[in-house]
Amino acid sequence: MRHAVTLRIGPATFRIGSAWPQPIAQLSRLYSAYPDMAGHIADFTVRLQPTNMARRWLRPSIFITGDHGLADAAPMSLAHGLLAAEMGMNLQMALGWRRHLLLHASSVEKDGRVLVMTGESGSGKSTLSALLGERGWRFMGDEFALLDLITGHILPFPRLVSLKNSAIAVVEQAVGEPRMGPLLIGTAKGDIRHMVPRADAVARMDEDAPPRLLLFPRFGHAPAIRPVGQAEIFMRLTQASTNYVALGQPGFTALTRFVRGIPAHAIDFPDGDTAIAMVEELWGNAP
Amino acid sequence: MSATLLIRALRDPAFAAMLDTSAWNGLLAAARAERLIGTLALRLEGQSVPDAVRPILTDALADTARDAQQAIWEADRAAFALRDTGLPVILLKGGAYVAAGLSAGRGRFIGDLDILVPRAGLEVAERALMAAGWEWVKEDPYDDAYYRQWMHELPPMIHGERDRMIDVHHTILPLTARPTPDAAAMVADAVPLGNGLFLLSAEDRVIHAVAHMLADGDLQGGLRNLWDIHCLLADVEPAVLAMRAARHGLSRRVAQARRLAAYLYGDGASLTPWDRIIAARLSARNGWGQETRKLLVFAFFVRSHWLRMPPLMLARHLFTKWRKGHRPQ
Repeated sequence: MRHAVTLRIGPATFRIGSAWPQPIAQLSRLYSAYPDMAGHIADFTVRLQPTNMARRWLRPSIFITGDHGLADAAPMSLAHGLLAAEMGMNLQMALGWRRHLLLHASSVEKDGRVLVMTGESGSGKSTLSALLGERGWRFMGDEFALLDLITGHILPFPRLVSLKNSAIAVVEQAVGEPRMGPLLIGTAKGDIRHMVPRADAVARMDEDAPPRLLLFPRFGHAPAIRPVGQAEIFMRLTQASTNYVALGQPGFTALTRFVRGIPAHAIDFPDGDTAIAMVEELWGNAP
Repeated sequence: MSATLLIRALRDPAFAAMLDTSAWNGLLAAARAERLIGTLALRLEGQSVPDAVRPILTDALADTARDAQQAIWEADRAAFALRDTGLPVILLKGGAYVAAGLSAGRGRFIGDLDILVPRAGLEVAERALMAAGWEWVKEDPYDDAYYRQWMHELPPMIHGERDRMIDVHHTILPLTARPTPDAAAMVADAVPLGNGLFLLSAEDRVIHAVAHMLADGDLQGGLRNLWDIHCLLADVEPAVLAMRAARHGLSRRVAQARRLAAYLYGDGASLTPWDRIIAARLSARNGWGQETRKLLVFAFFVRSHWLRMPPLMLARHLFTKWRKGHRPQ
């Protein structure tokens, strides 16, 4: 491919190729603080290629694929090329990663222990992890938490944080312009803007830590804290994991230990400040 | 050309020691694209490879071990569903290789379960599988009718709970293809595996793999199919294979597959010009795992249709598919 960059995020290395220069230039800028992996062997290849020959030049349209791909992946506009590259990396992890149990969750660390937050898109887990990362916590990841099958620790996967719609303004204010990517208007998930994690999150991306608390956040409701039973947690996490089935018994063992080992709550919140206060309180009370 | 690297590494694993990082990236991308990463991982066991490569190969081996376990379970479930029909359940392709512990099954990616039953038992088999939870996936009435009238298999079915696909064959080539293999002879000579499961005889396994690769389809996944053939050939008696191939009308194809397998994966062979075109199609992949030689690839796509049906029927089929919005990629 004509344009390429190799990035390492936590334990995974990606070789990203593109038919167009723009997505690679944007990645190179936003990932400039990450390790330089040029000329290394990558775990995964990601390709941003034209949906057909004419679409390289004429109303450019990106087909996201690579070592692992989906035949029916929706084409994306070149204006959303950065998002396409991020989705391409996510796709490789979701379909191809086997070295840890992948949880579709955000995670942050404090005092050597990890807070894991899981929920559907729009639950606020991403925004919450980004905000906590600016307020004394170490940001570990907004999309995937990697659960080690042997130690039971959570490994960081701190790629760019993908902020959507109303979350953009909230986080923009907190982190400032230099750490923000281009505003991508009108994607399939609305407006999206990427945020570069703080330097400490990137510098410490090889440091794992044991989990301490699991939360199921839900944005847009009056503040409430509810208990969640272990059986329900287990089921929800199997659904929130893309490689649980592929890992077989080791995945089952690791997930069982994770669910049994830490307290969990569902929390509803109307805004970021309320959520942070709730999180701090639950964290203080956790064993 | 990274497909060339893949062929070379499969043939001669010690070759891997000579690769630089860019070649490794190309080799891994090609191996994944050709679904040969598990086979490559097995071939490279005991070779010295860079640290960054080791976990990738370990993951691939774990994936193929899981594939094998799932394939054996699916075969077991199919045999169980068909236990009262009195039909032999003859495993084909990957499922057969794994269930019988053949070298072709080691490290192999396995997708659907493929079985062969006698044509007279097709309806009974279909009913028994549906009673056991398999469901139709082709909702288009044209596709469904097309399969039933012209193909060598029932329309694919998927199991409602396990989400796994089964292809029920009654012969090894579409009924519209020019060669007409003797499916009854294949069934008669099948080898029992126990538990109501069978596999084709060693010679018929080669012939089926050859028919699938060279007399049907557009050579997508051809390197994997040829690797199967390369492994399967080790178990046959050449004279028996030649007799058997003649019986099924596939002598020319079998001879060609033997030349290609020897040329790409074995001790070498002299190729005809037509062999060379196929070899060029098989190695059409660049260092990013993308298909190259687009015109050649497209020509083989056209050829696959030409092989499959007579011209008038082909025209009608393409017109129907085009009206439904299908376009070749």
